[in-house]
Amino acid sequence: MKARRLLAIAPAALLAAAAYGAPAWAQNEQFIPHLVYRTGPYAPNGAPFANGIADYYKLINERDGGINGVKITFEECDTGYATDRGVECYERLKGKGATGASYVIPLSTGITFALTEKAPIDKIPIISMGYGRSESRDGSVFQWNFPLLGSYWTAADILVQHIGQREGGLDKLKGKKIALVYHDSPYGKEPIALLQKRAQMHGFELLLYPVTHPGVEQKATWLQIRQNRPDYVLLWGWGVMNSTAIKEAVAVNYPRDKMYGVWWSGAEPDVRPAEDGAKGYHAITLQHTAGQFKLHEDLKKYVYDKGQGSAKWEDTGEILYVRGLINAMLGIEAIRTAQERFGKKPLTGEQVRWGLENLDLSADRLKQLGFDSEVKPIKVSCEDHEGARTARMQTWDGKNWKISSDWYTGDDKVLLPMVKEAAAKYAAEKKISVGCLMMN
Amino acid sequence: MLYREVGQFKTSYQSDEAIFPIAQDRWFVIALILFAFLGVPLFAGQYLYTELLIPVLILSIAAIGLNILTGYCGQLSLGSGGFMAVGAYAAYNLALRLPQTNIVLVFLFAGLMAMLVGLLFGLPSLRIKGFYLAVATLAAQFFLEWAFARVKWFTNYAPSGSVAVGRIELFGFPIDTPGKTYIFVLAFTVVLALAAKNLVRGRIGRMWMAIRDMDIAAEIIGIRPLHAKLSAFAVSSFYIGVAGALWGFLRLGSWEPLAFDVNRSFQVLFMIIIGGLGTILGSFLGAAFIVLVPIFLNQLPSRLGVPLSTAAISNIEFMLFGATIIFFLIVEPRGLARLWAIAKEKLRLWPFPY
Repeated sequence: MKARRLLAIAPAALLAAAAYGAPAWAQNEQFIPHLVYRTGPYAPNGAPFANGIADYYKLINERDGGINGVKITFEECDTGYATDRGVECYERLKGKGATGASYVIPLSTGITFALTEKAPIDKIPIISMGYGRSESRDGSVFQWNFPLLGSYWTAADILVQHIGQREGGLDKLKGKKIALVYHDSPYGKEPIALLQKRAQMHGFELLLYPVTHPGVEQKATWLQIRQNRPDYVLLWGWGVMNSTAIKEAVAVNYPRDKMYGVWWSGAEPDVRPAEDGAKGYHAITLQHTAGQFKLHEDLKKYVYDKGQGSAKWEDTGEILYVRGLINAMLGIEAIRTAQERFGKKPLTGEQVRWGLENLDLSADRLKQLGFDSEVKPIKVSCEDHEGARTARMQTWDGKNWKISSDWYTGDDKVLLPMVKEAAAKYAAEKKISVGCLMMN
Repeated sequence: MLYREVGQFKTSYQSDEAIFPIAQDRWFVIALILFAFLGVPLFAGQYLYTELLIPVLILSIAAIGLNILTGYCGQLSLGSGGFMAVGAYAAYNLALRLPQTNIVLVFLFAGLMAMLVGLLFGLPSLRIKGFYLAVATLAAQFFLEWAFARVKWFTNYAPSGSVAVGRIELFGFPIDTPGKTYIFVLAFTVVLALAAKNLVRGRIGRMWMAIRDMDIAAEIIGIRPLHAKLSAFAVSSFYIGVAGALWGFLRLGSWEPLAFDVNRSFQVLFMIIIGGLGTILGSFLGAAFIVLVPIFLNQLPSRLGVPLSTAAISNIEFMLFGATIIFFLIVEPRGLARLWAIAKEKLRLWPFPY
């Protein structure tokens, strides 16, 4: 009987303990929620990105004592790449810290879509670097979204440009077949609109092959590819879907040299499982590529030598880890920009949004930060929440990713009208008033 | 002591047929509903509303729906996610194409559309039962998911296939804060739950239960299986469709077909299995269990101050959640509602058990 009673009391005690835990926030701290996924089918890609972000925050605290003396605090929450859990994590973390969440990095197009509806109400900006809604580049409609460095439309546009160049001119694309193997979710469907437009312009045929989440079953898709023999395959996958696709390409003997991945399909976890089979596979990069760079000296000295690193030191040159560093850097610099205007104290999400919209990193500033080898100068404005639209190609040589093309820039003659149209449609559907958000 | 029905005489048919014939039950439920409407808004914060209460209430409606079909009528269904999707997309399209429509009508329309689709996919139940029917409803799930991902008209030709809803108004009164959303959802839940409770107590419910317990015997005593099974499919799908529309509009705000995938079907099925098949109360308990326990387990380590990595917390959450489900099913296979009933039995004698 007694043991039973204890059993009954234990959960109650745990509940009470959980209900307790009153928050006490230090005054001079800037809180950033950290939505990650270290479990589930997307964990191999989610974990290095999350590590990069966390390590950069730690570096800023250890080396500089925070942003102008304001310490960064952050808390992780595992979303498992699921939209409802992601929203739960966001709701759980958004109110923490002295001034609430500074910004949120969802690292999932689905979660970005869901949070887009919440951001204007909660006044917390969303940084969706290289993903999210392509039309959210228009800051007069999507005032709180920042798809920095490039959207999926930009990526698809540059990929078509590159394939055109490889064929000897965009006019040579006429009559060619380009297949898109995509994750059947908003993420994978994003580029379709742009590719359709480009297909119309240049007269190539676009073949669409959706792959169901999580993407471990692609036999039927690749059988179709084998039958239709497209001239090029664009891969829009994430997590295990990428490595599976490459393995299937090997199985049906589709030349890897004719395959181009989006920047989320071009990291080490995507190609390594296919071993030698992945050799020759290309992917567009979000400006940077793999490898340690200047910042890593500080990272070693201030974080890894103190045993505080989130990843293994050998892995800190991985593409997704580096991308995490860049993402965190852009967020921190936005806070710094906002501090210049609102004072060197913890800022609200609304103030950080201003910082993001006025983010302007020159080549000199990037050199100072140690990122000059990784990203090009970026200037964000209300009209352009993307800030930059340049990318190049990289190729897997069996061991490493190597840059294999010159720089390309997204063609605004194609992109801008599409962005305007889609943003206007969204504004009409949601009945939101259009205009840049001003702050006094 | 507290829970004694001695002296409560039923002197009219009316009191004998009341939903809660025992006064304590009646007062408890009335107090609970009053508390939910008036007490909760006094202290609830946004997190409590949007992440805990609203999901539990909406999924309770879905669980009641499935319970009517599976728990009361004995027809196993794995298509709940698909029927929720029908509701959500029907509501989205009505709100988009006829923006003046009252939001309550939008949700009822969602239920009606789901009902039609449910009737259609309920037809095989006249010929097949048990596992075979489960497979047929699974086909419905996959077909519906496919339709909403592929037929562009349903998503208003959105390039990403994700749809978003605009401002929601009721008689010119915006439902924009979590508190208002909660009251709105709560009102829906209470009305639908009361309707379900009355339905299953009456002629129709008895008809369903007769079919569930032995369909041949039921047929012999004059119950038409066509009538009984299809009405169960219709009512069940109506509930699930309304739940789907509420889930899309008031919980997600923006969704893709993946939000209503087969995992959602399993989630709703597990709710009624854990809560208790063939009970309305069980639908609520099961929904609360499935929604709240993982979130609670996920937060527990950090609240207790145990330093664990995020990955470890997530993995522990899965393991403990699985273990809890097995524990409850071993302790009481008939679900949480049965545990509650046993507790009431014991309370009648407490503190002087014999």
